[in-house]
Amino acid sequence: MKLIVAVIRPEKLGETLEALYRAEVRGLTVSHVQGHGGEVERVETYRGTTVKMGLEEKVRLEIGVSEPFVEVTVQAILRAAGTGDVGDGKIFVLPVENVYRIRTGEKDEAAVTPQPVGLDELLG
Amino acid sequence: MNLPAAIPHAAKLAQAAARAVAVNGADTAWLMASTALVLLMTAALGFFYSGLVRGKNALNTLMMSFAALGVVGVAWALLGYSLAFAPGNAVIGGLRYAGLRNVGLDTGSWGATPHLLFMAYQGTFAIITAALISGAVVERMRFSAYIVFITAWSLLVYSPVAHWVWGKGWLGGMGALDFAGGTVVHVNAGVAAMVAALVVGNRKDYGRQALLPHDATYVLLGAGLLWFGWFGFNAGSALAANASAALAFVNTMLAPAATLVVWMGMDGIRFRKVTAVGGATGIVVGLVAITPAAGFVSPSGALALGALAAFPSYFAISYRSRTRLDDSLDVFAAHGTGGIVGALLTGVLASAAWGGTDGLLYGNAAQLGKQALAVAASAAYSGVMTFGILKLVALVMPLRMTNREEGIGMDVAQHGEEAYARGEGAVLVPPEALAPRMERAQATVTFLAAEGA
Repeated sequence: MKLIVAVIRPEKLGETLEALYRAEVRGLTVSHVQGHGGEVERVETYRGTTVKMGLEEKVRLEIGVSEPFVEVTVQAILRAAGTGDVGDGKIFVLPVENVYRIRTGEKDEAAVTPQPVGLDELLG
Repeated sequence: MNLPAAIPHAAKLAQAAARAVAVNGADTAWLMASTALVLLMTAALGFFYSGLVRGKNALNTLMMSFAALGVVGVAWALLGYSLAFAPGNAVIGGLRYAGLRNVGLDTGSWGATPHLLFMAYQGTFAIITAALISGAVVERMRFSAYIVFITAWSLLVYSPVAHWVWGKGWLGGMGALDFAGGTVVHVNAGVAAMVAALVVGNRKDYGRQALLPHDATYVLLGAGLLWFGWFGFNAGSALAANASAALAFVNTMLAPAATLVVWMGMDGIRFRKVTAVGGATGIVVGLVAITPAAGFVSPSGALALGALAAFPSYFAISYRSRTRLDDSLDVFAAHGTGGIVGALLTGVLASAAWGGTDGLLYGNAAQLGKQALAVAASAAYSGVMTFGILKLVALVMPLRMTNREEGIGMDVAQHGEEAYARGEGAVLVPPEALAPRMERAQATVTFLAAEGA
């Protein structure tokens, strides 16, 4: 079990989610964050006041996966989120002590293995 | 005194009297108010469109409308007004009014208001018509290419078509009815929008990702202000504070109300939910449809026209989103379709008793034919010319941003601003720090050029 934390460009979120979906990685958390990854600072001007935008908008994905899915997930993000320019982001793979699924109380591997959800159920 | 000699003399006197009509205070007051109302519509359109795009393109979309206030306004004063309204032939006006020469404070054939005010009022129409097209190319067209395009378009497409209908050109002479610009403004802009979407091409994410409105409250705000401004657009088109203006005013209230009711009903039946963005769209479609008919149909006719106009546009919007045509904000479905339906229904519902020419419903089938010809001629001319202008602009500059810039968003990529800047992490750059940076950049360029040589 690993926790994969990826910080990516917001405009790449759609493609990344699509890639993860195709890799059958479900279950993730997305948050909007700001950060700096060494990219050239963007200059903006408001009524003659010029500012350097030191922080860029980023999106952070947190994905808990079982061992067989670690490489699949990392590869999917690497392929989908990159542009080749500075500022594409990072992927961190962290060890996880325990995972619990709140609904069922399942633990560890079972808790990060997605349960099939039908389309009918999704659409209500 | 023999009569045959007296009649031409009387006619001459009447003509002279018509030329020398004094400025009427009420008419002038209403036309000034109407001019301001229609000018507000372009800002309102900016908010309507801006709410419908993603947040990273909100400012650029607003600026596409606001920029038209500048460039089309200036082009209109310098040349556009003359091409539309100066004496000329049946196809285009001459240069008598170019640079506002010979445009003074005297009254004229339009009514008892100063010539200059008439010019300004008509200018507000040219501005919003050009801005309407932006809805088809938002979120990817380059701002500079857009500016060049709408300026050329207002002179080469809007002015001639306005001349055909209102400037003593061939369509008006033939008896086609267009009270406030259903053909000149909405069919014209709607067709131009569809062609522009085709030539500029789809947004990179179109059809792959859901591209949702970032702020539906702006959409409703824009629709409300458009409705408010449209009273100047339609009732102002009477060019006087008279009964015809009052009729157009009331019809401008009734028709969109009927469209809104039908639109909400269809939303409710199809999705069991009445949507806010749908309601705002319904209002605009109703306003578009009543535009050519505003001073020609009875109030009950306006209610019928508004209700009927909901159907084609509603289904055109549903259909368009399933096609490969990225007319992003459905300018054709709302303005093109709504304009065509309005122009044709004017030929059906117009009534001599209310100030128009009798339409099909009152036994004059020929009127419907004239309306159809006016629509077809404007649509064909607008389509061909828009295609040509965009292809010419594309020879000089790229029409759209790169995929990467499109991903970042138009606001940052083209304007260096954000609509919703939080300022977190922003570092103030003192003016003196900017100058050396420029010098360094210049030095680098010089160095590289020297290395390359």
